[in-house]
Amino acid sequence: MKMEPLGDSAVVATLGSGVDAATLASVLRLAEAVVAAQGRGIVDVVPAYATVTVFYDPLRFAESSEDAYALVCRFMEACAARSAGASPAAAARAAEIPVCYGGDFGPDLGHVAGHCGLGTDEVVALHSGADYLVHAVGFTPGFPYLGGLPEALRTPRRDTPRARVPAGSVGIGGPQTGVYPIASPGGWQIIGRTPVALFRPDGHPAALLRPGDRVRFKVISAPEFDSWR
Amino acid sequence: MEMRVIRPGMLTTVQDLGRRGHLSEGVPNGGAADKFALRVANLLVGNPEDAPALEITLTGPELEFAQAVWVAVCGARFEEVPAWRPLRVESGRRLKLGRRVQGCRAYLSISGGIDVEPVLGSRGTYLAAGLGGFQGRALREGDFVRLLPSTRHPTGHWSIDERVLPHYSREPTVRVVPGAHGEEFGTGLYSGRFGVTPNSDRMGIRLDGPRLERSVQGDLVSAAVAPGTVQVPPDGHPIVLLADAQTLGGYPRVAHAVAVDMPLLAQLAPGDGVRFIGSSVAEAHALAHAQEHRLALLSQGLAGKFRPA
Repeated sequence: MKMEPLGDSAVVATLGSGVDAATLASVLRLAEAVVAAQGRGIVDVVPAYATVTVFYDPLRFAESSEDAYALVCRFMEACAARSAGASPAAAARAAEIPVCYGGDFGPDLGHVAGHCGLGTDEVVALHSGADYLVHAVGFTPGFPYLGGLPEALRTPRRDTPRARVPAGSVGIGGPQTGVYPIASPGGWQIIGRTPVALFRPDGHPAALLRPGDRVRFKVISAPEFDSWR
Repeated sequence: MEMRVIRPGMLTTVQDLGRRGHLSEGVPNGGAADKFALRVANLLVGNPEDAPALEITLTGPELEFAQAVWVAVCGARFEEVPAWRPLRVESGRRLKLGRRVQGCRAYLSISGGIDVEPVLGSRGTYLAAGLGGFQGRALREGDFVRLLPSTRHPTGHWSIDERVLPHYSREPTVRVVPGAHGEEFGTGLYSGRFGVTPNSDRMGIRLDGPRLERSVQGDLVSAAVAPGTVQVPPDGHPIVLLADAQTLGGYPRVAHAVAVDMPLLAQLAPGDGVRFIGSSVAEAHALAHAQEHRLALLSQGLAGKFRPA
């Protein structure tokens, strides 16, 4: 485990170099252990892909004590030692997200099919037939970065990002897929839309998905989309 | 109690000290870009330091108050309003800031504070998601914004000793801690002046000037970034992230500004310039403690300068 500062208020621990389930599992174990330990001065914990970033408040450490950065590093090492080999406390959650593919909801479905040399129905079957893993949540509130996209569906991002991608849009960006929880600019290829809200500011938690969650997409029709709410 | 927005200014939002604990959900800390100025603005009118105030960007709003209030304007300086001191605005009067003199963002505190509900632990506006603050958006002409009654008022005429202020400048030198990929960029970040481009916003300051060349190739796996992170996209022009920074980034992280210098960055306007100088985590912590001592002394010094409303 490599640790280094992210400025004067965070420590980044790197637990691997790639995007894989084993690295993510150790990342989640460490993040869980850090949250559970409720260390003094720790204000936030961000697991993402191969790193756990622990944010701390330097002012909550006495000025005369050993430097806060070293204390936080030592705290994280202790958490890592405690969590090594342990099975994650939080059981993996599975979510099924309904998606209406193509049409106005998925303006790039045809482009993805053309790029991949597949029919649009084959793209839908492959995308909705795969198991995905949430490697990180970010970019915008609640945006899940999903690993597990079938290789046959890999499609580069659009040359020119859209100024506004509607909320619920399901996209492909290179080897990843994801869902835009709120309307935002975006460069991914949009193939469908879900009626499910992935981010609700009044929800507990606000984000529907968290790193480590398993996700599958389920095909729904336009009328089913309309009657979802 | 309310105020009416006669003119909103270019971008005027309600901000406080931001939200905590939601980074892993992709929700930035947000809050005032210059938190020092917001805290002092609140202290000057007798509010708690973290009360919501208006963050005013480049052009000032015009506001009308239905009742007499005390206000303070801190951070950016405007022609018609003296900065860093409490000012009384009489009932029915309009407050106008006039032309901007220096800085990018002014913080207008109002005695009692602004009456908006917290969302995810903060009353600050997060524009990208349309949440928090006043209806999740910037103020518009004709808005009526509710205010809270104040419990105490400043007495007499006074202002604060400006020696406690950060060294605001149109050409500041900002101290940075080297980032995870700092060595891959050599000394490029430390060897010249970078200009602030107009497409800078609360998410980040986009710089032009010397291009930073990375000695290693290859994509990175996204990891957490934060306000202060200096990241370098493939075009070599660094971006310094500000209060509404996205929570994850995939660009190399060359350095990270120390917390006490964030106000200097928040006050940079298009056309201004910035230089960077290397610092350390230990120095940054010492600076943060020293600034906190100064603010605590200021707060104590102000304690006797208020009377009950």
